Amino acid sequence: MSGAQVTEATIQELRDVAQLAVELAKKAGADHAEVLVRDGTELTTKVRLGEPELVQEAGSRALGLRVLRGGRRAVTYTSDLRREALEALCAETVTLADLAEPDEFALPPDPALLATSVPELDLYDPAVAEVDAAWALRQAIAGEAAARGYDKRVTNSEGATWSRVLGATAFATSGGFLGGYRGSYASLVVEPLCDDTTDAENPKKRNGYWWSASRFLREIEAAEAIGLEAARRTVATLGARPVETQECPIVFDPEVSRSIIGTVFSVANGAAFWRKSSYLVGKEGEVVASPLVTLVDDPLIPRAPGSRPFDGDGLPTRKNVVLDKGVLGPVLCDVYSARKLGRQSTGSAGRGVGGNPGPTTSNLVMQAGGMKREELLRSTKRGLYVTSLMGFGFNPVTGDFSRGAQGFWIEGGELTFPVSEVTIAASFDDILKRIDAVADDLQLRSSTAAPTFRVSHMMLAGLSR
Amino acid sequence: MLTTLPPALRAPFSAGGANAIDAQIANRLLALALEAGGDYADLYFEFRVSADYVLEEEQIRTLGRGITLGLGVRVTKGDATGYAYCEDLAWEKMAHAAKTAGQIAAGGGHKPVSVDLQSVPTPSFYAVATPSLVVPAQEKLALLREADKAARAYDPRIVKVEASFAESIKEVLLFTSDGRMASDVQPLMRFGARAVAEDGAKRQAGSGGGGGRYGMEYFHEGAALRRDAAAHGREAARIAIAMLDARDCPAGEMPVVLGAGDSGILLHEAVGHGLEADFNRKETSNYSGQIGKQVASPLCTVVDDATISGSRGAINVDDEGYAGQHNLLIENGVLVGYMHDRLSAKHFGIKPTGNGRRESFRAMPLPRMTNTSLLGGKDNPEDIIKSVKRGVFAKRFSGGQVNISNGDFTFSLSESYLIEDGKLTAPLKGVTLIGNGPDVLRKVDMLGADYELSDGIWTCGKDGQSVPVNVGTPTVRIASIKVGGTQA
Repeated sequence: MSGAQVTEATIQELRDVAQLAVELAKKAGADHAEVLVRDGTELTTKVRLGEPELVQEAGSRALGLRVLRGGRRAVTYTSDLRREALEALCAETVTLADLAEPDEFALPPDPALLATSVPELDLYDPAVAEVDAAWALRQAIAGEAAARGYDKRVTNSEGATWSRVLGATAFATSGGFLGGYRGSYASLVVEPLCDDTTDAENPKKRNGYWWSASRFLREIEAAEAIGLEAARRTVATLGARPVETQECPIVFDPEVSRSIIGTVFSVANGAAFWRKSSYLVGKEGEVVASPLVTLVDDPLIPRAPGSRPFDGDGLPTRKNVVLDKGVLGPVLCDVYSARKLGRQSTGSAGRGVGGNPGPTTSNLVMQAGGMKREELLRSTKRGLYVTSLMGFGFNPVTGDFSRGAQGFWIEGGELTFPVSEVTIAASFDDILKRIDAVADDLQLRSSTAAPTFRVSHMMLAGLSR
Repeated sequence: MLTTLPPALRAPFSAGGANAIDAQIANRLLALALEAGGDYADLYFEFRVSADYVLEEEQIRTLGRGITLGLGVRVTKGDATGYAYCEDLAWEKMAHAAKTAGQIAAGGGHKPVSVDLQSVPTPSFYAVATPSLVVPAQEKLALLREADKAARAYDPRIVKVEASFAESIKEVLLFTSDGRMASDVQPLMRFGARAVAEDGAKRQAGSGGGGGRYGMEYFHEGAALRRDAAAHGREAARIAIAMLDARDCPAGEMPVVLGAGDSGILLHEAVGHGLEADFNRKETSNYSGQIGKQVASPLCTVVDDATISGSRGAINVDDEGYAGQHNLLIENGVLVGYMHDRLSAKHFGIKPTGNGRRESFRAMPLPRMTNTSLLGGKDNPEDIIKSVKRGVFAKRFSGGQVNISNGDFTFSLSESYLIEDGKLTAPLKGVTLIGNGPDVLRKVDMLGADYELSDGIWTCGKDGQSVPVNVGTPTVRIASIKVGGTQA
């Protein structure tokens, strides 16, 4: 399957198409044009109970165009990259833009700020492209088999999936930016299922998962290890039950702490700020979290999952400190939201093929603390150790946070029994300020990462007392 | 049927189009797909034109438009599926996709295939005279301004308003190796408004919206479901203002009354997903093996009905070429059926129920909901509120999630009130409901006579695929459910 390789020639081809579309848009009457072209191929293989369930293989290519004309904007996309199709698209986009109203902030980025080179961040692994469906299926089979063999209480399976994406992106603007790069990503996830008969009158099924993903094939954990960990985590939930309603310490496992950190971004970005859709508006430079919390967005980490050599406005990317020992730094901005807020972009623009740019994270990482995880647990008399959260109970405007939680009850500094069907709630402002212990177990497993940490107290809702 | 579409909105694969696909071409592709020995193959051609319009800060900010075209080829061999797609309808690209998908059956031996393709007759459940995409953009921009004005006029404390309109036409053409040929043109539109209110240091947001498989008549006087743009703007403003006074919610178990319409999302999550037959075929749902058993209070009858004209989840034909239909799932509390796609129907030895849906040609079909409802009961909705001494009235939901294996669910409320001595008192903030689907359905002890279908805003996600759906319910009392608040 070396036919799947993304080569320099592919990137060059995409850059040429992007450049051509920019020229055609200018010719059609755009003051300014920005074109993003993506080429991607995917391979997804899924097995269940040892048998192949799905093999999906395909490639696709799409082009997104944004034009500005007298402060008026329009955004279009197509998968038809033939010259005549692009000409028609450009004409239509300019016509659409004329229907918008002029927005004094919708101006191209200052050309002096555009990236002039594309740093090599080592984001592509040719070995990922060499994988064929048969090899991928064998990995998935091995992962699932390990999970099913772990314990006889693993009675069923939601399967195991090995998948990869390979892609190239090129971006061109009439302001003078032209760049492109390629990337790879592969993952294996195993999802075992147990029948839980702890409550004989009310038997339940318990599912769990474990996964490993990387841009580099060799950095993906062994299939057997992933399967065993998936089974261990699933079996551990057998007998889960709610606990009584109470206020108590909450410890977040890294699988969950990273989602809490992701929530910080949703209220610490320029778009949420100018829209007043964040409870943090007006609090830059103030203490908004515990001094134990330092949060950095770093797009320039070589080989990392969220790295990018330039942003969605064509600006160079850079490391930004979102929370510095609890103090809110300048929020992440793209060019537009920065203009709305009267400041400079932080080089944090993300852009999809069919949309306007907006602030996004790259590798958003909370720094590790000095405590061992075991030590952190031992110092917690009683409370809830949370391994997964459910639902969307967060209101960015007010900071109200209330979500379903599963995990383990901590008693005397140890995990005792599994817990489910409870919610944990507090204002997000309190959650961040009440972080009183941070472990040293940070791993950059995904583009948003955080270590285990503890919140001194939250309201846990469960059974009536 | 929609006969008024201009050529730019017709699929290139439809008759007379630049890449017209007829039964002969389809037959050749099906033969290629099955040449490695697959049991079954289907071809799914899709063409989608979509547009969106956004107003922010009293300005029309962005207009967008996109076109997607592609072919998805599926081949099955036993329970295994091979899937491939292409975005170019050149013969060699389509042939490559067909062969790639067919590899799933590699080693199965060569079988010559010739299929006698017959058109599947389809009814029409789309209440569209003229699709909105055909109407000049200015008319839609005027609606955005109307909603903006209405929201701002509602209260001087409204400081930000956003209004949006999204529309699409999706044309599909399907061929299957068991001889079916189906086509459909599916219009969809959605209008939304969001308002932010500020009062001193307090800030709240509210949203309103709706739509479905309607044309512009959705907004007009005399329409079956008249929800004009201004009404959606006012609704967003009303919620934002009402929530300014919201207080912290109590935590713990208490009775909850679900308002009519929107609350159907709870039913969608709590029981709907568990009744999708793929989970039951694999015995990974808590409803596996429960057919014929009492799984809910005898008050509960649940249906999934693709035939509700104009509703966001309506489909004339599903994405496997089976007609959309009315399916009874739970009758007086007894589980009577699941929602099926072709694969699960074959497994259970029954006829497909028209629930095989996919997000696009890039994904294989799965059993999915369409318009899912808990049917109305006999109680007066006011009596239901009056019956609660202390509890929560859930009026609007912002979203939910379910663990299909065991039915545990979580919901977030965007508008809710405390019930004290049978009366709605304070608005509540930060409310989450958590429970278990089967458990909650058993605890339904009052059911209103006020069944209502939600306005069309809901999108359902499963395995990374999003499809438009709708929900409906009357006012419902649940004897006890865990409420996740911050107050002891």
